[in-house]
Amino acid sequence: MEYGIFTVGDVTADPTTGRTPSEHERIKNTVTIAMKAEEVGLDVFATGEHHNPPFAAPASPPVLLAHIAAKTDHIKLSTSTTLITTNDPVRIAEDYAYLQHLADGRMDLMLGRGNTGPVYPWFGRDIRDGIALAIENYALLHRLWREENVDWQGTFRAPLQGFTSTPRPLDGTPPFVWHGSIRSPEIAEQAAYYGDGFFSNHIFWPAEHTARMVDLYRRRFEHYGHGRAEDAIVGLGGQVYLAKNSQDAIREFRPYFDVAPVYGHGPSLEEYMATTPLSVGSPAEVVEKTLGFKEYAGNYQRQLFLVDHSGLPVDTVLHQLDLLGEVVAELRTHDAPVAAPAPVVELVEASEGVAQ
Amino acid sequence: MRTIAVVTAGLSNPSSTRLLADLLSEATTTALAPRGQEVRIEVVELRPLAHALTDHLLTGFATGELAAAQKVVAQADGVIAVTPVFSASYSGLFKTFFDVLENGALDGTPVLVAATAGSARHSLVLEHALRPLFSYLRAVVVPTAVFAASEDFGSTSLQSRVERAAGELAALVDARAKAGHLDQFDRDLAAMGDFEDLLNG
Repeated sequence: MEYGIFTVGDVTADPTTGRTPSEHERIKNTVTIAMKAEEVGLDVFATGEHHNPPFAAPASPPVLLAHIAAKTDHIKLSTSTTLITTNDPVRIAEDYAYLQHLADGRMDLMLGRGNTGPVYPWFGRDIRDGIALAIENYALLHRLWREENVDWQGTFRAPLQGFTSTPRPLDGTPPFVWHGSIRSPEIAEQAAYYGDGFFSNHIFWPAEHTARMVDLYRRRFEHYGHGRAEDAIVGLGGQVYLAKNSQDAIREFRPYFDVAPVYGHGPSLEEYMATTPLSVGSPAEVVEKTLGFKEYAGNYQRQLFLVDHSGLPVDTVLHQLDLLGEVVAELRTHDAPVAAPAPVVELVEASEGVAQ
Repeated sequence: MRTIAVVTAGLSNPSSTRLLADLLSEATTTALAPRGQEVRIEVVELRPLAHALTDHLLTGFATGELAAAQKVVAQADGVIAVTPVFSASYSGLFKTFFDVLENGALDGTPVLVAATAGSARHSLVLEHALRPLFSYLRAVVVPTAVFAASEDFGSTSLQSRVERAAGELAALVDARAKAGHLDQFDRDLAAMGDFEDLLNG
């Protein structure tokens, strides 16, 4: 089980002071936050990809992640998400393979479609083709990391003849891929088809969405012969604000919650906590709520928390990470025993080999 | 057994919008009886859902009683939708309920549209606002839409229009297969096909 943080990289005014950080501050703070995540013992740092204000998350996550890779030793670097719809899959193949080399393999990536309509035409695409783009582009990306001299023709990009993307994946092992979606069954199906990971954003939505998507992915993962449904590779988002006691956590976070870009001016903090994975409270309360995710998602492999949005100042976020480190240390004591990876087919072959 | 969901957007209590909704519900129950159909009427009053509807606009999902109300409407065999006229159209509360209903929730559902106002001058709201709204939602709107101005509650012609509209709704509900219980996720899943189909475009 891996624990980490994911960021959307929003540049948002701190509602308690009215101060908005500059893009430069936000970008540098993101690096500081990633380094702190490693320091407190987290396993993963993931960044979003955006192409419109108020997001200073990089238009090119590999640039940020390569920089962080140079400043850290063991935290795994990932995305949340890399846009498989509006990026050229050839560039994704090259950029992330390059990152894989620079980070000595300490990376993976999560593919997502992006839900901002105008971003698509800015990159010559149409949001109505979102699913078709995700499927065609990934089919190409999957081949580019596994084959040389690729001949390819599709609907959305120029055809390729004898194309070999460079650099080749480190040690011939393509980067691990997660597919992220909130409620499009096609994406759970895609993840299952390839035996890749499936990540449910989980936050901002009732658990029912997550439960159904994860269940579909697990069943189809088994259907496609990648192993048992319970061993399918699932990741979940989470969103926390921590203080030593719950009253302080609620009091400190409420001014941010009440005007947050995603849910501000809507339901109360208490209502929102009751209906979504948002967890605001003491470390013990956050541990308890997080452990509850398994009740509908089963045992899963990656838990990412959102800790740095809605204008929270960087000092607060760094303090949150100290507390999150404690939470994660406690969560690790509840981890399910590590199931052997489930290469069912290989196991059968191996036992036949022994018999011979 | 057929279920009729009655969506009513009146704000006052007592509400003439609710009164019209009740007349239409009773007439529909009466019209379905000779067809051998028992009817369950499920009234969805929008006023108590006003906060939840605004929250839905802001968060993108329904909770609690709103989620239950959406389910009632999506699973109904027929819908009676009644709104007061505000500024030459349906009320914002009424529209919001249908704005946040899942895609496909009313596909093929017979709908009787009705409206109330202080003056008969607004009666075409049913034709220029409600009928296109439900056509967009791929519902089947019955030919007779019922408008009641205050003065109509003192006239016998209102009841005859109520009965004609209810008869039309009853015929469509009776002729239709019992409504399924699929939601948007189920429909998306059913439409998806196998991954090889997706790969082949």
